[in-house]
Amino acid sequence: MTAQVDVKQVNQGIFIAMIRRDMTAAFRHPSDLINPLIFFVVVVTLFPLAVTPESDFLREIAPGVLWVSALLATLLSLDMLFQSDFQDGTLEQMILSPQPLYASILAKVFTHWLLSGLPLTLLSPLLAMMLFLSADGTQALMLTLLLGTPVLSFIGAIGSALTVGLRKTDLLLSLLVLPLYIPVLIFASGAVQAAIAGLPIVGHLALLGALLALAVVLAPVAISTALRISLSG
Amino acid sequence: MSGRLLEGINLCCERDHRVLFESLNMGVDAGEVLQIEGPNGSGKTTLLRVLTGLSEATEGEVRWCGQPIRKARTRYYQNMQYLGHAAGIKQALTAHENLRWHAALTGLEGDDQIDDALAKVGLRGYEDVPCYTLSAGQQRRVNLARLHLLPAKLWILDEPFTAIDKAGVSAIEALLIDQAQQGGAVILTTHQDLQHVPGLRKLTLK
Repeated sequence: MTAQVDVKQVNQGIFIAMIRRDMTAAFRHPSDLINPLIFFVVVVTLFPLAVTPESDFLREIAPGVLWVSALLATLLSLDMLFQSDFQDGTLEQMILSPQPLYASILAKVFTHWLLSGLPLTLLSPLLAMMLFLSADGTQALMLTLLLGTPVLSFIGAIGSALTVGLRKTDLLLSLLVLPLYIPVLIFASGAVQAAIAGLPIVGHLALLGALLALAVVLAPVAISTALRISLSG
Repeated sequence: MSGRLLEGINLCCERDHRVLFESLNMGVDAGEVLQIEGPNGSGKTTLLRVLTGLSEATEGEVRWCGQPIRKARTRYYQNMQYLGHAAGIKQALTAHENLRWHAALTGLEGDDQIDDALAKVGLRGYEDVPCYTLSAGQQRRVNLARLHLLPAKLWILDEPFTAIDKAGVSAIEALLIDQAQQGGAVILTTHQDLQHVPGLRKLTLK
């Protein structure tokens, strides 16, 4: 009984220590954090300039544009997940720790979401307004981003873990990860479109929630196996 | 339970169609220091990575206290510290923050002793400076401070003397002797001649 409590406390210890370490390191080099956000803002603002500033048209393409940009911005942020840890040797220390790798990985992915998915979600209403998205649509957009971006972080982490030992991984990573992002993209932008049309979006949200639940349970297993393989070379 | 602390049985390793070592039997007991020697590219680092379980040997098995390390992973990692080729520290963090993370990885609450450990490797006054401002040797010392902070039965050290000055080298030698006398064991690779370590055993890879 006491042993069990101990293990739990230790797991919590590594979970929090990992988040604290990654947050501190990230905020000392904020440029890596800001890049994906700037990308998100720039892509969305360029659309009205390049296509047309007409409000009806923008309203129609808004869900797709916002979600595609958020997805690509997440893809851009995947570098910071495992690459630097691999280079400075702290990744192998993580694997050689008596603590469960599951806890460290969950903490790393959670931190990645806090630094990429969450800011994207918080920025999105502003950009939605620029694209004349309705209030219902904006609400749906935020809800889908809130549920969908953690899934993107988990799936991205699998790809990032598989390619971490290789050089020049950008293209390979995109090829691995993008097909797996597509279901999220379809359900999420579908939900926003349904909300604009005044239809219920509960079904879409439930599907996204199911994807998230699956990702939380299964992705860390895949990520830890992938990391062990990548480091064994 | 057989007596050897760590044992490699019939190890064989192949990288890129080149055999690095074959039918290698080796091991350490408590109280021993084992130096692995060999020219560059002879597989010293690979052997150490196989012993830690980071890499898989093509053939053979590594055992911790008589049990394969795959099965005894948690117990093995509780009792082993590995200092690898890379510095093992985050450049953006301070020495103190780095060691606090390492302590959490090991599951120890070492917050009070961190400054002591840093003082022992000669980094008093550098506790709260980001590691990228430290020199290469000082960064290695931050990593070495783990040996003071986190007690472990077995140390596996990959070139611990890299970028360390003369005084530092003799301090590390003293540390190795201390570890052996307290019933621990050390496996290390280095090109340096270890003169003062009693009972030093050597294993030469070709």
